[in-house]
Amino acid sequence: MEMQKLYLLVPLAPLVGAMIAGLFCRVIPRWLGHTATITGVAVAFITSLIIFKDVQAGNTFNGAVYTWLTSGDYSFEVGFMIDTLTTTMMLVVTFVSLMVHIYTMGYMKEDPGYNRFFSYISLFTFSMLMLVMSNNFMQLFFGWEAVGLVSYLLIGFWYTRPTAIFANMKAFLVNRVGDFGFILGIGLILAHFGSLDYLTVFKKAPELAGTTINLFADREWATVSLMTITCICLFIGAMGKSAQVPLHVWLPDSMEGPTPISALIHAATMVTAGIFMVSRMSPLFELSTTALSFVIVIGAITALFMGFLGIIQNDIKRVVAYSTLSQLGYMTVALGASAYSVAIFHLMTHAFFKALLFLAAGSVIIGMHHDQDIRNMGGLRKYMPITWITSLIGSLALIGTPFLSGFYSKDSIIEAVALSQIPGSGFAYFSVMAGVFVTAFYSFRMYFLVFHGEERFGKSSHHDHHGDHDDEEVAHDHHHGLAPGQKPHETPWVVTLPLVLLAIPSLIIGYIAIEPMVFGDYFRGVIHIDNAAHPVMAHLSEHFHGAAAMGMHAFTTLPFFLALAGVVVSWFFYMKRPDIPAAIQRRFSIINTIFENKYYFDKINETVFAGGSRLLGKALWRGGDVAVIDGIIVNGSAKLVGWIAAVTRLFQTGYVYHYAFTMIIGVFVLMTLWINRA
Amino acid sequence: MSTYPLLSLAIWIPIVAGLVVLATGNDRNAPLARMLALIGAIAGFLVTIPLWTGFDLNNGGMQFVELQTWIPRFNINYHLGTDGISMLFVVLNSFITIIVVSAGWEVIRERVAQYFAAFLIMSGLMNGIFTALDGVLFYVFFEASLIPLYLIIGVWGGPNRVYAAFKFFLYTLFGSLLFLLALMYLFIQSGGSFSILDWHKLPIGLGPQIWLFLGFLIAFAVKVPMFPVHTWLPDAHVEAPTGGSIVLAAIGLKLGAYGFLRFSLPIAPDASHELAGLVIALSLIAVVYIGFVALIQSDMKKLVAYSSIAHMGFVTLGFFLFSPMGIEGALVQMVSHGFVSGAMFFCIGVMYDRVHSRQIADYGGVVNTMPKFAALFMLFSMANAGLPATSGFVGEFMVILGAVKYNFWIALAAATSMILGAAYTLWMYKRVIFGDIANDHVRELTDVNSREFLILAVLAICTLWMGVYPQPFTEVMHSSVNDLLRHVAISKIQ
Repeated sequence: MEMQKLYLLVPLAPLVGAMIAGLFCRVIPRWLGHTATITGVAVAFITSLIIFKDVQAGNTFNGAVYTWLTSGDYSFEVGFMIDTLTTTMMLVVTFVSLMVHIYTMGYMKEDPGYNRFFSYISLFTFSMLMLVMSNNFMQLFFGWEAVGLVSYLLIGFWYTRPTAIFANMKAFLVNRVGDFGFILGIGLILAHFGSLDYLTVFKKAPELAGTTINLFADREWATVSLMTITCICLFIGAMGKSAQVPLHVWLPDSMEGPTPISALIHAATMVTAGIFMVSRMSPLFELSTTALSFVIVIGAITALFMGFLGIIQNDIKRVVAYSTLSQLGYMTVALGASAYSVAIFHLMTHAFFKALLFLAAGSVIIGMHHDQDIRNMGGLRKYMPITWITSLIGSLALIGTPFLSGFYSKDSIIEAVALSQIPGSGFAYFSVMAGVFVTAFYSFRMYFLVFHGEERFGKSSHHDHHGDHDDEEVAHDHHHGLAPGQKPHETPWVVTLPLVLLAIPSLIIGYIAIEPMVFGDYFRGVIHIDNAAHPVMAHLSEHFHGAAAMGMHAFTTLPFFLALAGVVVSWFFYMKRPDIPAAIQRRFSIINTIFENKYYFDKINETVFAGGSRLLGKALWRGGDVAVIDGIIVNGSAKLVGWIAAVTRLFQTGYVYHYAFTMIIGVFVLMTLWINRA
Repeated sequence: MSTYPLLSLAIWIPIVAGLVVLATGNDRNAPLARMLALIGAIAGFLVTIPLWTGFDLNNGGMQFVELQTWIPRFNINYHLGTDGISMLFVVLNSFITIIVVSAGWEVIRERVAQYFAAFLIMSGLMNGIFTALDGVLFYVFFEASLIPLYLIIGVWGGPNRVYAAFKFFLYTLFGSLLFLLALMYLFIQSGGSFSILDWHKLPIGLGPQIWLFLGFLIAFAVKVPMFPVHTWLPDAHVEAPTGGSIVLAAIGLKLGAYGFLRFSLPIAPDASHELAGLVIALSLIAVVYIGFVALIQSDMKKLVAYSSIAHMGFVTLGFFLFSPMGIEGALVQMVSHGFVSGAMFFCIGVMYDRVHSRQIADYGGVVNTMPKFAALFMLFSMANAGLPATSGFVGEFMVILGAVKYNFWIALAAATSMILGAAYTLWMYKRVIFGDIANDHVRELTDVNSREFLILAVLAICTLWMGVYPQPFTEVMHSSVNDLLRHVAISKIQ
């Protein structure tokens, strides 16, 4: 009973904070806004720790809080499922959220929407917690859409910027495309399992493994496995939220939002909701190898091809954004290989080092007075030492340096894919392997350009790459840049403290957690793997001989050399011979154009889908509603009435002999009819 | 259970109040007229609360029944009653009346007494429609309720009001005549009874059932409105004053949908099954076709009017899935649409009162000058797009889930509203609310005053309440919906 109250406290504390800061955002002073929200999130974090301990002791929970709705035989409840997967997510979410809350005090210091911002990020924390703590699909969908809403609000936080309000609408709509699949998946589950409760569904899943459903008029070719179609529908939802190709287009644009939310929402937590969801649904996905193949191929495409785009970005946040896309691809690949625990493990390590990289990028942006172009930076390590060191740690963790957190998770993914036998795993193996080099290359390209080499800032003619005008009256995240002669400066402690606190887990969490999380029984009974069909994890455990041995062994493996090569090449290209990348760019201008246009996804979406919809809307409106229904049928019948009236008026001439004549004709006609009848 | 004739009170309090308001005469007495109208509306709402609190959840039949002889010669009775299908609409209608009266508070300056009287009388008549159990009584209320609406559009409407009122008239006249014929047929077949409940039990062959069903369909489809008889609604909304739009959207459209459940399904169950495909097809056209049409509207009211048609498509779709999820989802959608579309039209009215334009192009950056309004408008826009935790989600969710069980492709087509609804609502929101201040009109806007804020806040609470905890709304429906489905499952062909 006592624990159940704590479960409720975790999401409600941030909600209360959000309400205080949000409903009274224009009334209360700033200190109250951030105190209320930070207290809420801190309470959630501490309570999560207590719950984590409790769950470690074996006290899991699954129960309803209240009945949301009943209809027919179905009942929908709001409830919690507390197990190791939940507590892992709760800790990641509340910890990163707490860091971001503290960081925001520094980052948003001059912004007029200070309280509103705090309200949004606390509301986000509430929504994300409801999502991960859910014990049923309905509430999952609730949290799913709620985090999407907050993401929408936050990307468009600076609502006067045209790019921001375009990006937030795009993010919401692309996510809705994913949710479209997701809700159909939920519908299939309700229709065939009779419940939306996780445990009921999972228990019934093996019985329905062989079930097929017919999608089209009893045709043979339209008969598909229920599990496959359900899992693919659910995964389409994950593709939207976790930004997998081709629904990834919203994530780079989401960088229009303030940097703290890029770290919290668009790197560490919300975008990993899809990964979490698939892991949670492992008892379903395990029953369909076809769906897993689909997952692994989509993940592999995302991991490699989004990494390429990271290479040519010049906006510091966009480099990290493409890196996030690529890493989400890695997690998805792990899911496809049935290595769910590895995916969650990478989700966790990634949350720490990617939040760190984003917040460090934000710190650089503050230091550079809101110039985000890495071509205008250089040599910042002298001026921003803490940011520099923590960024280096984050980058090293990201590229998979042995013994750092990212190494353990990424290497496990690569090995899991190597062992996987499902269709598509060969391509996935190539992708994740090549991705190691690409990741190292773009990460250190950015690192070198920002922190080393020539100091390029303070030159008056800096490149204003967004082209949007500066708003003088409002201190927004606009691209001011440093004035000539001005030097960057280290950021205040509220900004650097979260960097340090995130750097610590980025260094050590992998070493500590790999054994219990990936190979131990941390996820026993939570993640279900069909070892006969997908024996990846079983084989992987055979190769594992402790975290230290894994780290030592890494120095002799291909991924290590690929990562090293990536670092060395980027150093050579950008520090030693900057003429080489420029020459390559000229030489391979076609590829460069394709990259710069992001494989033309945006263009296609805008012309075909957005433009097509508007065109179709116009055609239906003008053709259907205006021309046919109103023009012909409605106004037409009115005109018909008018015409009949006009014709009949012709007969009403007023002359008696006309009437008499008509009458006589009438009598004749009637008589003729009468006679013929007889 | 109360011994007061609650349903009669719900009908006649607003009507009498309306007559009293009318008696205050010309605009010199406007403050008195307003106050009396508000008192009448609140009193009308208060008497409906016991309907909900005193509702017997286990009784699927009629409750609070009143039966008096009216015209004995034709066996016409003053027969009222409410069940789980109609009760919420009586409450909703009486609630919306308060909103409408307060919405017109300082905005209407000419013929004030007549304006408020029209709304009160219409409110009483609409309660009559939802509770009448006698065919003639229903028809009288059904037709009489049109008169105040004609007047509201015709007298307080926009420049093109004559065309709109004419179009509305042409459409509804067409439907009503067929409906009257159907009533006559049933009167004769049943051996001289006008009782709707008797008609439910009346055995009818498949052929006549199909004719009856089509007669009802045309009458109700115009009201809902369903594709292709929907084109009067955008015009009527555009020309109607804010209050007229709120009532039309919140209650007016529900009358037709209610008719399906009270007449079409129970009286012609076999024909309903036979022709379900037709209604489902028309509903899906409403969802998809109208979704695209809404996308490109440049007039905010037209856009929301089209989105109403799309949302009502979910209602008719839900009815003809013949499952508890479908019908209850449709009923929830109807109640929710009352809150959300009412609020959307009110929001547009708030802006119209200040700028005197409904064109999206005339706005931009409203959030800069009206932040409170922008926040509330955001909530209702999200509800209109079906975001969970708002009422707009519940009905759509239930209908889509019910549809998956019925047929995957129908569900797929219906689920496109998740994308289209978000697209047209948020695109409008973006162009109107976000961005830099677009022009001097927007620069001079003042944020919502306390009256407007109160109205929007109350609607916001309803929207959120129904989204977070819809159980109180659905539990009253269960028994009646289950009874209806059992009834519809039994063939009437002998």
